[in-house]
Amino acid sequence: MTAPFELSDDSVVVVIGTGAGGGVLANELAQKGVSVVALEAGGRHLPEDYLNDEWASFGQLAWLDPRTTSGDWRVSQDFAGLPAWIVKAVGGATTHWAGASLRFQEHEWKAATTYGNVQGASLLDWPIDAAEMDPWYTKAEEKLLVTRTGDRPGLPGNNNYKVFEAGAKAIGYEGVSTGRMAIQSTPDGEYNMCQQIGFCFQGCKMGAKWSSAYRDIPEGEATGNLEVRENAQVARILHNDAGKVTGVEYHDADGNLQMQKARVVCVAGNSFESPRMLLNSASSMFPDGLANSSGQVGRNYMRHMTASVYAVFDQPVRMWRGTTMAGIVTDESRHDPSRGFVGGYELETLSLGLPFMAAFLDPGAWGREFTSALDLYENMAGMWIVGEDMPQETNRVTLNHDVKDQHGLPVVNVHFDDHPNDIAMRDHAYAQGQAIYDAVGATRTFPTPPYPSTHNLGTNRMSEKAQDGVVNKWGQTHDIENLFISDGSQFTTGAAENPTLTIVALAIRQADHLASEMSKGNL
Amino acid sequence: MSEPTGPKGLTRRQLLSRATAAGASFVVGAGFMAAPNGAWAMQTTNLKPETMASLVQMARDIYPHDHVADEYYAIAVKGYDTAEAAEGIEAGVAALDAMAQGKGHASYLAMGWERDRVDILRAMEDNPFFQQIRGGLVTGLYNQKAVWPLFGYEGASYEFGGYIDRGFDDINWL
Repeated sequence: MTAPFELSDDSVVVVIGTGAGGGVLANELAQKGVSVVALEAGGRHLPEDYLNDEWASFGQLAWLDPRTTSGDWRVSQDFAGLPAWIVKAVGGATTHWAGASLRFQEHEWKAATTYGNVQGASLLDWPIDAAEMDPWYTKAEEKLLVTRTGDRPGLPGNNNYKVFEAGAKAIGYEGVSTGRMAIQSTPDGEYNMCQQIGFCFQGCKMGAKWSSAYRDIPEGEATGNLEVRENAQVARILHNDAGKVTGVEYHDADGNLQMQKARVVCVAGNSFESPRMLLNSASSMFPDGLANSSGQVGRNYMRHMTASVYAVFDQPVRMWRGTTMAGIVTDESRHDPSRGFVGGYELETLSLGLPFMAAFLDPGAWGREFTSALDLYENMAGMWIVGEDMPQETNRVTLNHDVKDQHGLPVVNVHFDDHPNDIAMRDHAYAQGQAIYDAVGATRTFPTPPYPSTHNLGTNRMSEKAQDGVVNKWGQTHDIENLFISDGSQFTTGAAENPTLTIVALAIRQADHLASEMSKGNL
Repeated sequence: MSEPTGPKGLTRRQLLSRATAAGASFVVGAGFMAAPNGAWAMQTTNLKPETMASLVQMARDIYPHDHVADEYYAIAVKGYDTAEAAEGIEAGVAALDAMAQGKGHASYLAMGWERDRVDILRAMEDNPFFQQIRGGLVTGLYNQKAVWPLFGYEGASYEFGGYIDRGFDDINWL
């Protein structure tokens, strides 16, 4: 049941994007009786459509509109037109995510205070903290049915996890487990139990992994208060002479420009599209783009310090069997500058199928050094490294006026240079990851470079003071009172943890605030 | 990011008569090439058969897997046998042959040692022809479902109920 709202209905909240931020926000608002139009650039794909086939699924789900890159990051060299591996579909990247659901650590909300002056970094404390977020995290864990929270047991460990666990314990790590995952781990739950299919990145065909595509969106639609418009790609956000936003122009499925009026606009298009929409909405009143009086829109792009370590053994592992992110080591997530860097990182198992392993193990490599690794694909184990990267003002999403999308709008250029702290942390993590596998008899290990980014953060960051960022502690833009940011682009800093749980917690909190302010007549 | 080249256009047949040797691995006749053991053959319509034979060898030299038969490399490069691609491919292979001749060999295919052929490829690895072939192979070779079992990869599992009862945690050597 969808609620069709008129384009001229200026009482609706327009939410742009239906992923972890927008999808949750839209549902939460609808549950509270707020009328919502959600504009989704992609189509709707559900578990029956998902493909157990890496490249075919990539073609089905990935955001493939043109983008450009610059900077010294290796992604710019290896995947110049594909800086991010994110999804263009109802549910956004929650179709693709692996399910890791971790809270920020207390000190990570206070990065500037905790880490001190880090040269070249634009660190800032969040205007919110662990105590403020605790109840919202609890609500998020209940929504996502996160294992090892509440009374939910952990998932069983697969082969890839068992290798990882044995190696990690052998070198003295203690925080080793199958982690906190938004995946149904028991047969008696509300949703299908994980069947260890092994294609978490391609959309869970059991619906065992939480995704807004098949949980929050249909829940919201069932209230009659939420209308989702698919294949509706936003061009720009409109405003009036009073400096308030009034509606959203978008291209519909047929490419026709439509305009939906709005009482409030919430932007949740991921850290490239969200600033792009603000910048593409520049007007005579806001010549640098909406909500950009600080000049901070698009800046402080973060992508986590990522890397992977793969290893081959003299016997089979078959890492592709079972959950893709099957376990975690948390010991290195602490802040301990004696290691030569600030902040910390998590080690999480990861597997790729043969087609993606060929593309990502060492992009561009060829010859026997490379192919002898793939020859032992069956004997391979793998982990991903995810750590806090330093925000830098010059790591930045800007409009590239030389390249236009299918609607004639400038695409984004994504500029990223690694900070020396990122490099020091990555080198440390490579050594630890290789040590884990060496401890259980790896015959060869591979310190694999970052993939196109899945954790895209910053670019509309949250700040106490208007001059330091784009939004306040509610995700409300400092400049425009009825314009909100609702995705990971509002992150002040990235922390070491996978971001989805925090995006969801912030969206639940923002929905509560929005509904309250609207009922008071403040919005 | 392209879809994999399918097995269309490839036929298995017995060793063809009137074939002439053009390299270590291939027997080439007018408009077709075939494996010396007769395991497979392929017709070309836009590329010279010798060019296709060189491409197959080049593909193997870029991503050598000794347990993967030529047939799969041939499938991976078969897509270049088009009117649009032919001119660039012929020029690229001609450049390969010229480099081989500069080192005293009759052609790229006539070079007996992989290391000699790889030296030539290393010298040209930044040029667009090499990058086109290498880049295309990432999906053209490794995304062939028929290749996956040769590496132990099992592909889709949903239709078999996942691995929950099929060995997701069956490792026994730790």
